[in-house]
Amino acid sequence: MGEGLKPPVITVEGLTKHFGGVYALKDVSFTLHEGDILGIIGPNGSGKTTLINCVTGFLKPDAGTVRFRDRDITGLAPHKIARLGVTRTFQVMRPYYSLPAYKNLIIPLWSPRVRKLGGWRGGGRHGDRDTVAVDILEEIGFERDSYVPYKMASSLPTGYLKRLELARCIALRPEVVICDEVFSGLSMSEIATMVPLIEKLQMEGMTLIMVEHRLRELFRVANRVMVLSYGDKIMEGDPEVVIEDERVKEVYLGWEGEAEDD
Amino acid sequence: MTEEGRRKERIDRGIKVRTNGLYAISGWPELSYLIFPRFILIAGMLSLPVVFGFAPYWRRVVCIVCVYALLSLAFDFLANFVGLINLGSSFFIGMGGYLTAILNVNLGLPPVLSIPLATVLGAAICTLVLLPCLPLRGIYFAIVTLMFPLILEKLIQAFNILGGTNGIMGLDGFPNAWWEGYTAIIVTLAVLFGLRRLVNEDVGLVLRGVKDNDQAVRASGISVTFCKALAVFIASGIGCFAGAFLSHLYMWAGLSLFALDFSIMPIAATVIGGGGTLVGALIGSFILVPLSELLRSFGTLRVVFYSLVLTAFIVFKSEGIMVYAQRKYHQFERWVKV
Repeated sequence: MGEGLKPPVITVEGLTKHFGGVYALKDVSFTLHEGDILGIIGPNGSGKTTLINCVTGFLKPDAGTVRFRDRDITGLAPHKIARLGVTRTFQVMRPYYSLPAYKNLIIPLWSPRVRKLGGWRGGGRHGDRDTVAVDILEEIGFERDSYVPYKMASSLPTGYLKRLELARCIALRPEVVICDEVFSGLSMSEIATMVPLIEKLQMEGMTLIMVEHRLRELFRVANRVMVLSYGDKIMEGDPEVVIEDERVKEVYLGWEGEAEDD
Repeated sequence: MTEEGRRKERIDRGIKVRTNGLYAISGWPELSYLIFPRFILIAGMLSLPVVFGFAPYWRRVVCIVCVYALLSLAFDFLANFVGLINLGSSFFIGMGGYLTAILNVNLGLPPVLSIPLATVLGAAICTLVLLPCLPLRGIYFAIVTLMFPLILEKLIQAFNILGGTNGIMGLDGFPNAWWEGYTAIIVTLAVLFGLRRLVNEDVGLVLRGVKDNDQAVRASGISVTFCKALAVFIASGIGCFAGAFLSHLYMWAGLSLFALDFSIMPIAATVIGGGGTLVGALIGSFILVPLSELLRSFGTLRVVFYSLVLTAFIVFKSEGIMVYAQRKYHQFERWVKV
C-alpha cells in the first residue's frame, strides 16, 4: 500500500464527543495520509458528521486530539482551522442565498488565507476576484457562457448547490477537503459527473475525506474506508476488504440480511 | 398574486438589463435612466436649506431629519446586510454626543476636531462594548443592544457624572445655519452612497455572507466576530457622528440623547422606506420626522395619529416604499394565463 511513504496530514487520536449521555463518538482514531481519499461510512446517527465537526472545529471534542501535520488543532476555532487549509462542505447546503452563484466565491477568495497565498492567476484586486470566481465555477461544472453562474444561489437546483459547496472549498486552495455527503440528493447522472471532479481534486494534490451513503460511487474513488457505528470505529481498510467484512455488513446492511431471512 | 387562473408576471425592463454592465455608457437614455433617480435625490437634498431659507424652524428640522436618516442608514446596514438587529441606536447618539462635549468643553477642541474625533473614538468604544455580545444572534443581540443606552443613561444619572441630569452645556455651535444644514446633508449623502458602494464591494459581500449564513463564512477561514465587529464599527461611527453633530447643534449634551426616539424611529423609518435598500431608510426618515413635527399641534393626540400612519404603512405597504418604487422603475408587470 505504500502508506509508510506518504506523510500523515491529519492524525486523530482517541476522539470522544458526547451530547449529554449520548456518545456520538467513542475513542475514534485514524490517520489521513497525503493524497489519499478516505471514505467514512456508517448508518444514520453513527457520528460521521460529528467527527467532521470535531475535526474542523465546529464542535469541541470532549477528549482526544486532532493534529494537522505537526500541529495540534484540537478545539481551535473553525476559521483558524480553515485558514490552515482544512475545509469542509456542509451536508445541508449552505450557500449565500442572496448572492449570485459566482459572488458566493468572493467570500472564500477574500479570506486571509487566499489573500496571503496571493496570485490566483488574475491577482487579488477587486474585479479580478469575479474572474477567478467564474474560473473556479467553470472548473467545477458551471458552464461559463450560460447564465447559471450569474443566477441567484436561491434559484439554483440541488446539483449546482452541491457543486457550489465544493467550489467554495476549492476557492480556499485547501490541502484537505472534507466532503459531507456531496453525492446525496443527486441523480445518477449528476453523480457520474461529480466523480471525475473528486478524482481531479486528488490528482491536483488535495487530500480528501468523504462522508457518504452512496457506497458504490464512494468505493470507486476512495483509497481507504472507515466504518463508524454508534460512535465506534468498527474497522478501517481498503474498500474491497471493507465491503466484504461481516461486521460491516451487519451494522450497515444488517436489515437487508434480516429481510432475506423472513 | 394569483387570481383565477392567471398570475402577474414581472419582467425586467430592457433598459435595466442593458444598464447592468458597461453598456450603460452606450447612450443618453441608458445614462439618464441610471442618473435620473440619483440626481433627483442629491439635488433635492442639497436644495433643502435654500428652500427653507426663510423658515428657520424647518431648516432645523432638516438637520434633525438628517440625524435620524444617518441612524436609519446605520440600522438598515446592520440589520439587512450583516444580520444584526440593533435596538439601541441611541447608544451611538449618546456616546458621540457626550464624547464631543467632553472634547469640546473640557479639552477645548474646536468642533472641526471634536466631531471627527468623537466619531472615531465613539465607534471604537461602542465596538469594544458590543464585542462580547457579537456571538449572539437575532433577538438576543437585539435585547442586549436595547440595554446599553439605558445602562449608560442610568449610570450618568446615578453617579452624577458628566453633568448629571443637567448635562454638559456650553458646546460651540456651528457658525451659521448654512453650515449646520450642509454638514448634515452632505454627510448623509456621503454615508448613503458610501454604504451602497461598500455592500457591493468584496468586503461588503463578506458582510452579507455573515447575514446569509455565518457557518459558511467560518468554513471559509474568515472570523465572523471580526466581520461583525467591522460592521458595528462602521455603523456606530455613523451613529456617533450623528450624536456629535446633534449635540453641537443643540450646544448641549444631556440625558435626552439616550431617548428611546433615537432607537425606535430608525427602525420605523427603515420599515416604511423598505429594508435592504439603504435609500429607503433615508426616505423613511424624511417622511416620519417631519410628520411627527407636523403632528405636534395635535398635542397628546400626536402619538395616536403617528401610530395610525405607521400601522397603515405596515398593513398596506409592508414591503416599504423604496422596494415598491424600485420594482416599478425596473420592471413591468403583466397578467399571464396559468
